This record gives sequence, structure tokens and C-alpha cells, in this order.
Amino acid sequence: MDAKRWLALAAGKAAISISRRLGRGGSAFPGELARRLDPDVLAKLARDLPQGTILITGTNGKTTTARMVAKMLELAGFRVAHNRSGANMISGITTALVQAASLWSLNGDGRAADHDIGLAEVDEATVPRAARELRPRLILVTNFFRDQLDRYGELRHVAALVAAGIGALGAVPTQGGAGYAPAAILNADDPLVAGLAGAGGAGTGVFFYGIADRALGNAAGIQAADARHCVLCGESYIYDTVFYAHLGHYRCPSCGHRRPDPQVALVKAESRGLAGWFLCVATPAGEVEALLPAPGLHNVYNALAAVAAASTLGIPLAAIRQGLEGYAAAFGRMEVIPIRGRQVCVALVKNPVAFNQMLRTVMNEPLRQRPAAIGQAAVPGAGADDAPRDVHAADEQAPVGAGPTGRCLLTVINDRAADGKDVSWLWDVDFEQLVPRAGEFAFIHAAGIRAEEMALRLKYAGFPAGRLAVRKDIGEALAAAIAATPPGRMLWVLPTYTALLEVREVIHRWGFAPHFWEV
Amino acid sequence: MEVRICYLYPEMMSLYGDRGNVLALVRRAEWRGIAVVVEEVGVGEATDFSRYDIAFVGGGQDREQALIAEDFARRKREDLLAAVEEGLPLLAVCGGYQLLGRFYRTADGQELPGVGLFDAWTVAGAPRLIGNVVVESDLFPEGPRTIVGFENHAGRTYLGAGAKPLGRVVVGHGNNGEDGWEGAVYKNAVGTYLHGPLLPKNPALADWLLRAALARRYGREDAEAALARLDDAIEEEAHRAAIRRAQETAANGAVRRSV
Repeated sequence: MDAKRWLALAAGKAAISISRRLGRGGSAFPGELARRLDPDVLAKLARDLPQGTILITGTNGKTTTARMVAKMLELAGFRVAHNRSGANMISGITTALVQAASLWSLNGDGRAADHDIGLAEVDEATVPRAARELRPRLILVTNFFRDQLDRYGELRHVAALVAAGIGALGAVPTQGGAGYAPAAILNADDPLVAGLAGAGGAGTGVFFYGIADRALGNAAGIQAADARHCVLCGESYIYDTVFYAHLGHYRCPSCGHRRPDPQVALVKAESRGLAGWFLCVATPAGEVEALLPAPGLHNVYNALAAVAAASTLGIPLAAIRQGLEGYAAAFGRMEVIPIRGRQVCVALVKNPVAFNQMLRTVMNEPLRQRPAAIGQAAVPGAGADDAPRDVHAADEQAPVGAGPTGRCLLTVINDRAADGKDVSWLWDVDFEQLVPRAGEFAFIHAAGIRAEEMALRLKYAGFPAGRLAVRKDIGEALAAAIAATPPGRMLWVLPTYTALLEVREVIHRWGFAPHFWEV
Repeated sequence: MEVRICYLYPEMMSLYGDRGNVLALVRRAEWRGIAVVVEEVGVGEATDFSRYDIAFVGGGQDREQALIAEDFARRKREDLLAAVEEGLPLLAVCGGYQLLGRFYRTADGQELPGVGLFDAWTVAGAPRLIGNVVVESDLFPEGPRTIVGFENHAGRTYLGAGAKPLGRVVVGHGNNGEDGWEGAVYKNAVGTYLHGPLLPKNPALADWLLRAALARRYGREDAEAALARLDDAIEEEAHRAAIRRAQETAANGAVRRSV
């Protein structure tokens, strides 16, 4: 018996249990404690997982993709150890495996009996270390967008970190078996990601996923300068189709580097508005048709990435389809929470690409619709002092469509370390797209530490000042925005990362949302 | 009245929301009824800088910056120097600021020649200097003013006798983290490490550039008459918020200097 491992596990588990009882998420501290007691604890726990570990990284879509993969694996009968809370630094990943590992029941061969496979979403800068300790069998990369330059540095540097992780992939031994051949699963439509294909060793497989259906794209050209230039020779790419940002069908006129043909390809997609998408995905094992209950083209990419991972693992097509159809958004990833008859949709916006995608989704909300049948049942704690007061109480009996209508949007911008201390990225968001349709907005409220910067950005975009309001305190701003939203309508809440945590606290204090570790 | 803006290398040198600087110039001119033309000038294009009233260049990633340095030297240097010499207002941010100095010395001692517009030179260093910045500047005729922004640079820039600093660092690192100065000014050209972007929340600096541009083309009196006062309540709020935030974050470990 490994006393250090046992002690680290026991202490980590105790810390998890205590921090929960204190009502805190505590995703990092238990893992830190366990690592202090046994620096190899994560490597040991990962080795104990009989089916190995899957590592998911990239700028956007890690949490959503990992949730979809988890669902598919569970439907296929795997017991999954997963950092569901989204704590994706080394300590958070350790916490998740500490929580999943069993303290007492080991198999005869010393392996954990209660989980089959590990699933870790990993912060880009943590990839080299996580890859070393987890020894994953798959590394899936979603995309590389400009994000928090003050923290990660330039995009090429981020790509190099992930390349180092892929380069460190090796055959994963299994007990008595031949082991798993390692593989990288890459987004063919992102030249910076597809460019990682050569990063692995000779024994590392490479699988691509991408959108084949060109009806989803346009030839309008790319806005962001993230990946304008060929990763091999530096010449400007020619894009035959752009889906969004620098994702599309590209080729280099100079050296011939081009988008690789993906093994997992989106053949067809039909938007069902806010209800999501109908997708038809080709995989080596056959086609999958599914209704994906998540709107936005970015979620199509998340779904494709998940299908590619599951398909590489040999998950049956039925489980893949059910996994897509049964996907439930995590808090802050467009989960809709009914509050006082309004639908509050909270979606993390941490960089320009994510923000642009969400603005597009907001603009696609049908303006006159029947309110969804959502519960107005008494909710415990809903009477808290700072809970939203209902200025529209009289409207609730009114016919649908009466009273003020229009899009309702609350932005919550913080500039703490985890948000990026540099808010200049707001100026790379395409708020100008809102201006021709500014009349469709009931309001845009700005909250958070840098609310004033957001208001300034909207002013210079040309958004009418009369529909803008700044209210820095997040609780007050959320209550006011809910009150200003007509019953039955959607309030879009778009926070940065630490702002999302505060929004969650406020909503939880009112008694409406689960804590994220219970999800 | 009309203002013609030359936006240099918009594709490669717009790293930190730099477009916002051009947007601020455009809006603040338009709100006063002044027509604006923005011309984007990229790599390989020769330009007659005497056609413009304001030039802007932002910051880029290392690889782009090397391409730009070569293009400046090959196609634009002489013409740009001549235009600035006769009063062309110019704003250069971060990487653009470095390129307009005399040279950039890399970590292995290699000297990459710059445009030589500012009597300044830059030496690669570590660690990167990152964070909120507040500068006190004497640029403005009405008296000292704060300029706020965010810096993120590895290079340390030092000024020679031919360049005045833009201002004195109150919070942050500035040119090199040692001598307490930030930015450089030569005639109507301003170089600075501050992005954010700089001009929207420093409307006085945006108007300083516009005033210099209009005065050069239409005379000082007409320039003053054209630059009507704007309602800058939101700008001033954002400016104050940035100062507050700089002071708070400085308390948590960033450099802070007494004036």
C-alpha cells in the first residue's frame, strides 16, 4: 500500500467535504492539499483509471465539449471521473480525481474499482504539466483564439504549449493489455489547431473534425488577425469559406498548406433557433443524426469535437446521438434559469470570439414569441431582501405581446486575473453589429468592475446612450435588469469568468440555481 | 472640414483593441460635423504621408512586428520622417512605438534598426511589464492631466536627449520600469506603451491630436472653433474607473511611484 497516496487522498477528500459544508465551491484547495502531501498523487490516480484519460483543451468550448463527451461515455456504460466544475488548472484537476478515487475499494490488481475513464478539461497553459502527469490517451483541441494576452502571451506561444503536450503523448500501458495508441483530435477548420498535426511522435494518431456544410459559412473574409498567416510559410491564407472568426476552409497560395479533410465531418446542419440544431455528422463508423439542444454555431463545433472524441474511442453511434440530444448546458454556458417569470440565460463571454458568437445568438432570439411554460412555483429563499422586485407584476395577467418588448441584455465585465486584467479585448468585439438594430433593444445594462469601459465601448460603437445604463454592483444590476425585463421574456446575462461566479452567487442567494459542484 | 487618417498596418498591428484609437478619432471628429476619411495602408504599399492629417500605428505580435520593421525601412521611412518633421500628428502604440525608435536590441544582442523618428531605443528584457498604468502628462496647454491605459511589453525603452517623455509614471512601469518616464513626444508625434485602447478613455489626448491636425491644415483659429466641447461624461467615468482600478491593483503588488 502507498501510504503517501492514501494520506493525500484522505486529506483531499476531507477538504472537499469540509469546503462543501461551508458552502464553498472549493475546487482548487483540496487538490493543492493532496499534491502537497503527495506530489505524484495526480499521476498515480490517473494510472489507476483502467481506460486511461482524455484531455480537452483550447480557448473556447472546453467545458461544453467535455460535458458532451462525458454524457456519451456514460451512455456507453463508462463511469467517468471528470472535472465537471470547470476548474481546469492542475489543482482543480487533482481535486476532481481525488474526489472520484476510492479510498478503500481497490481491485485485486490495485486499480480503482469505481471509475473507468478520466476526462479532464485543461487550461491551455497547464497542458504540458497535465499531459506529463495524466499521460492521456487522447488530447482534443477545440480552437485557438486571442484570449487574455496579459496571462497567456501571444497565440503562437499558447499553440506551442499545447504542441508540447501532444509531443509528450506516449503509449498508455494497460494492465496485461497492449495499451492504447495515443492520438490527437484536432479542429481541421482552425489552421492554428490543425497545424499541431505534426507535433506528436510517430506512434501518435491524428484525427480531424470540421464543418463540411458550406451553407453555414460565408465568403466575407475574416475579422480577427489571429490566424491570417500560414502556419508553415507565413503567406496570407485564402479562405473559400469562413464559418466564424478564423474557422473555415483555408489554403495557402504559396506553400499549399490547406485544411485537412476531417474524418468526422458535419455534412448538414439546420438551425432551430434558440432550440438548437439538427445535425448530420459523418463518422468513420457511419452517420449520426441528432437534435442538439444548444444554439449558436460555436456549439456545433463543440458537438463535432465531442463526436470525434467518442468516435475515436469506439463509442456506439446510438450513445453518441443520445449524448448530443441529452446535453444539458452547464451554469453559465447558456443554461436558462426561470426567475420570477423571466428566462435568465447566463452565458460566459471571455474573449472577442465568444462575445461575438453570443451577440449573434442574442440577435437571433425571435422578438415576439409565446412565453415558454416555465414554473413560477415558490422557490425557497426567493424572498431574500435583495431579490428582484417585480415592477411588471401587473403585466403577468396581460396578453402575450403586451407591454414593452425588445431584447434585454446585461453585460457583467470584471478585470481580475482570471478574466484578463486587460479589458482592451472589449474593443475587438463587434458591437457595431448591434447598432443598425439598436431599436430592437429594450435596454443594455452594464455591470461589473469595468462597467464604465463597456458603456464607453457601446457609445463609440454608436449604440444610443438612452438605452444604456451603468450599475456596477452585480446583485443590484441583476435585480434591476430582471425587473426591467417583461415577464415571459429572455434576459441575456453575459459575464466574464469571475463575474459569472458572482452572478451564480447572487442567483443562488435568491434560491434559484444549483451550486456548480452539484451540477 | 475634413480629417484624413492613415491607419498603418491595420491587419497586423492591432493587437490590443487598437482599432478603438482610430474609432475614437473618427467619432470625435464626426460628432463635431467634421468629415473623416480613414485609409488603411498595409505591407508593401508606398504612401505619400503628406496627404494625411493624422497617422496611427498600433502593436503587433513578434512575427508581424519583424515584417513591419522591414516594410517601414524599405517603403515608408523617409516619407514618414519628412511628414512628421513638418508637423504630421502621429500616434504609435506599443510595438509601433518601439519600431519608430532608433533600434531594438534583442535578447541575444542583435540590433534591429528602427525608423528613428523618436530619439529612443529599446532593449529586450524580462519579465514582461504588464498592468494598469496612470501617467501624469504636461502635453496639454491647459495644464497637467492624467493619461490612463494598460501596458504589456518585454522591451525596455530609453529616451535620448532629442525626445521628451509623454509623462511621468504614477502607477505602473512605463518605458522601462526604471526611470519613471512613459512614452515619447517629438513635434506632433506621440509614442506610448499605453493601450486599452488609449484614446477613447483619454479624450483630451484624442482632441490634442485632432486639434494639431486641424491647425496644420486650417489654421489654429479655425481648429479651435471646429473642436466644440463634447459631452464626455461616459469617457470621464471610464477614465476615473481606470485610475481607481490602477490604484487598487497597484496595492496588490504592481509598481507604484510617488509623483
